[in-house]
Amino acid sequence: MIPAKFEYIKASSVSEALALLDKHGDDAQLIAGGHSLVPAMKLRLNQPGTVIDIGKIPGLNSIKEDGDDLVIGANCTHHQIATSPIVKQKLNVLAQTAKSIGDIQVRNKGTIGGSLAHADPAADYPAVILASDAKIEVEGINGKRSISGSDFFQGIYATALGSHEMIIAIRIPKASNGVYLKFSHPASRFAVVGCAAIKNGAGISIGLTGVADHAYRASAVERAYDGDAKAASEHAVDGVAVMSDNFASSEYRSHLAKVFTERALSALG
Amino acid sequence: MSNYIGKSIKRREDNRFITGKGKYTDDLVLTGMTHLAFVRSPYAHAKIKNINTKAALAHPGVVAIYTGDDCGNFGVPCGWQVNFKNGDTMKEPPHPLLAVGKARHVGENVAAVIAETLQAARDAVELVEVDYDELPTVTDAKAAIQPGAPQVHDDVPNNIVFDFQIGNPKDEVNAAIESASHVTKLNFKNQRLSPNAIEPRSYIADYDVNADKYTLYTSTQNPHLIRLLMCAFVLGLPEHKVRVISHDVGGGFGSKIYHYTEEALVTWVSKQIGRPVKWTSDRSEAFLTDAHGRDHVTTAEMGFDDNGKIVAFRVHSEANLGAYLSTFSTACPTYLHGTLAQGCYTTPLINVDITAVFTNTTPVDAYRGAGRPEMTYILEHLMDTAALEMKRDPVELRRINFIPAFDGVNQPGYQTQVALQYDSGNYHATLDRALEMLDYKQFRKDQEESRTNGKLLGIGFSTYIEACGIAPSAVVGSLGARAGLYESGHVRVQPTGKVSVFTGSHSHGQGHETSYAQFVADTLGIPIDDVDIIHGDTNEVAFGMGTYGSRSLAVGGSAIMKSLDKIIEKGAKIAAHKLEAAEADLEFAEGKWTVKGTDKSITFGDVSLTAYVPHDYPAGLEPGLDFSSFYDPTNFTYPFGTHIAVVEVDKDTGKVSLKRFIACDDVGNVINPMIVDGQIHGGVAQGVGQALLEGVVYDENGQMITGSYMDYAMPRADDLPFFETDRKVTPCPHNPLGVKGAGEAGTIGATPAVANAVMDAISHLGIKDIQMPITPERVWRAMNS
Repeated sequence: MIPAKFEYIKASSVSEALALLDKHGDDAQLIAGGHSLVPAMKLRLNQPGTVIDIGKIPGLNSIKEDGDDLVIGANCTHHQIATSPIVKQKLNVLAQTAKSIGDIQVRNKGTIGGSLAHADPAADYPAVILASDAKIEVEGINGKRSISGSDFFQGIYATALGSHEMIIAIRIPKASNGVYLKFSHPASRFAVVGCAAIKNGAGISIGLTGVADHAYRASAVERAYDGDAKAASEHAVDGVAVMSDNFASSEYRSHLAKVFTERALSALG
Repeated sequence: MSNYIGKSIKRREDNRFITGKGKYTDDLVLTGMTHLAFVRSPYAHAKIKNINTKAALAHPGVVAIYTGDDCGNFGVPCGWQVNFKNGDTMKEPPHPLLAVGKARHVGENVAAVIAETLQAARDAVELVEVDYDELPTVTDAKAAIQPGAPQVHDDVPNNIVFDFQIGNPKDEVNAAIESASHVTKLNFKNQRLSPNAIEPRSYIADYDVNADKYTLYTSTQNPHLIRLLMCAFVLGLPEHKVRVISHDVGGGFGSKIYHYTEEALVTWVSKQIGRPVKWTSDRSEAFLTDAHGRDHVTTAEMGFDDNGKIVAFRVHSEANLGAYLSTFSTACPTYLHGTLAQGCYTTPLINVDITAVFTNTTPVDAYRGAGRPEMTYILEHLMDTAALEMKRDPVELRRINFIPAFDGVNQPGYQTQVALQYDSGNYHATLDRALEMLDYKQFRKDQEESRTNGKLLGIGFSTYIEACGIAPSAVVGSLGARAGLYESGHVRVQPTGKVSVFTGSHSHGQGHETSYAQFVADTLGIPIDDVDIIHGDTNEVAFGMGTYGSRSLAVGGSAIMKSLDKIIEKGAKIAAHKLEAAEADLEFAEGKWTVKGTDKSITFGDVSLTAYVPHDYPAGLEPGLDFSSFYDPTNFTYPFGTHIAVVEVDKDTGKVSLKRFIACDDVGNVINPMIVDGQIHGGVAQGVGQALLEGVVYDENGQMITGSYMDYAMPRADDLPFFETDRKVTPCPHNPLGVKGAGEAGTIGATPAVANAVMDAISHLGIKDIQMPITPERVWRAMNS
């Protein structure tokens, strides 16, 4: 559990971090909380030559209201999000999701930006990001752009983030009526299935994580939903290539996706 | 009067453990120390065609690299010989320190890189080029004995290490099963487990060229055994020039009993390079190389008469021993397993038949319970299953079959059909108490009601017995053990009356420094702070056998008691002289000798001082107050108890929640109730782990797909309810403290209770059995098939 040799550079601003990314190219990786990168480095599954620490860049760990949205800095820790009064008041489903991640040590170090960039297919946040129509605000050497959740998550550990870009913030519409329920893996406590459901006016939106190689919006459920949670949840994995592993076969995972979709829908206020 | 025995005195060792001041092997840094890292086989079965170390040797900081060519003639031995049914000796192929010719499981040591720093050693490991030729693999015991299966060792036909049986003649047992009015039959796998001690294995060897002496610091449960095996059977070293030190050890659960290849290798390397060398396993290596537990494929049948009396019981299992024979691997599925087949029942006919098998997997050995959990699972799972099948109450079915109470003093011990003679037991008593704690009638009502509310509540019982306090040397010797299983206990009274106690048993979490001090202080009538317990150093402690098989207090404690008797006997001679009285007129109590019927007395401290300043002293008596004893038990001890689990099954997901866990155990006399409770709690947690969560899984290529805590599920606090525990006391009649042993009871009892509870919850849906670990998917599939 000893990583290969690497160079460590601490960036003090976004522009410095981006310049360093540009300079070191694909050999460099960003670190914030380190809860995804460090274990992979210790197992030597990931051997970056340079690690650029963006964890202490000022201004990236704030949570602000901006009109109908909350803007959450990429460096906000899970604990910060779980306990933030604004988040709890305006977007409780996100606070609930953050609280379900790992344990207190993990929540104290891990960041939302790091988790999204890592894009573990069983990570918790993506379900909420998708269900809430959040945008991921990224910045590169050539400027800023905003990526929707549906475009952002592309596969196992694969995102729309360019190799010379970094996540700055997550812009999420406020939602008072939302719920995140997950079936945790007994060992990792990652989501075998995680379902975020949000109700906005008459419509509902559903994000599912853990089910496929990346989180997805369960549009078929949303279309089918007419107040009957059970019937709608039957469509939870329509058209989805469902993952299979030692703990949960694709058949069982599909079943869980339906159960948790139904439970999440039923739990909505 | 007891000042300490029976009291929950806080553990004296915990202060250093919980403040991070424990002295573990990896904490030691020796001058000039080098670091060793292993090149390990990425394949489960592969020819090693060539190893190129050139680039690695050139890496900065690398001191040396060794392969099987350098030390492949050294191999670790098996400590227990089991013969084939026909009398042939078991197959015991070499277990080299580094693989020779081929690797037989993923993670096997292929080369050792020694460097100035751990970083350099790990970097250089990646530069060693090994040219492998992959071979077909076999990981399942049943598959391994099929014709045409891959051969793990060329000279072991069909991968069969030995076959074995114990009990009554097979034809008699078969006939009784065939004519039984009801037969319950189960086929299942008692799955493979990873031991997961919190401290990974760690070894430091330090060869002193001037003295030609070795010191090995090792995270072992039995330092003398390691020294003996390594010196006499592996490296051929003079035993008196090797010191083995095992200070604080962070958990063992059996996995640190064995003499591992890495341990002998660092010792050998230290002499080669003339410097100290350290190896500490990381968690990934621990999953791959710490000896695993269980892994039996079993068919078991129990026959009953019309009244529910068991008429016969037979078991056939293939026991997977992995790629090589670990130190006690051969004893676990045989003499530590078949001998438990009587359980606490009067079964008149029993036959246990075992085939032990090599596969391309990590070696398997004793893991908390060692063969006894496997047998208890068979027995207790059969009992609840039979009760369901025969529509009898599982409690009543047990009562019909229990061996009646016997104390081993007024009533003789109970002779089983499988060699052992139980010392004492009262099986109804723990069952009665556990049912009281549960409120059985109320539970059955709640269960009835819960089913109408769509909840699936279930209850499971386990009335286990176990054999521990291992063991009479002559008995185990006749059964193939290559070591005696006595214990040493040395009591050195210092001139000021303070007492140093040296035990050959070894604490790696058990709390010996506290519970031993309690009975020593009470026996001598002195304050507990005047007693120090020392273990884990072959230069300080007389030859001892270490700690496993719940033996410490029953065997190690008895050895100390023998020395205490000698101390008191000699002290009386000194006291009589000082008090000018006859020895027969003295009584020893409360730390002083008193002339009966007078107020004339002398304290233990004054007698101690006199023994070391013998100016006014009995003629002909040696100075000093210092005795060493060895205790070889006359029998095993047989703790028992009743465990009850209550579970709720989620109908939608199949997830099992453990709602209550009740344990009423009888472990004989108890020195420290808190420590015994802790042992039961930890044991139950591990037992629940096997039932619901844990399991090592290999894929078709022999790759372990549960090699980290991302995939291997250990029980956590939030998986468990608050345990409800109580005790009954049936003293052990054959050791001075009357103690039995509590280390493994929880693990042995808990697993079947939980599995039975799940079956009770879902059997009305037509489900006959379910494979452990009872994962949500398995339950869901069973409910929907």
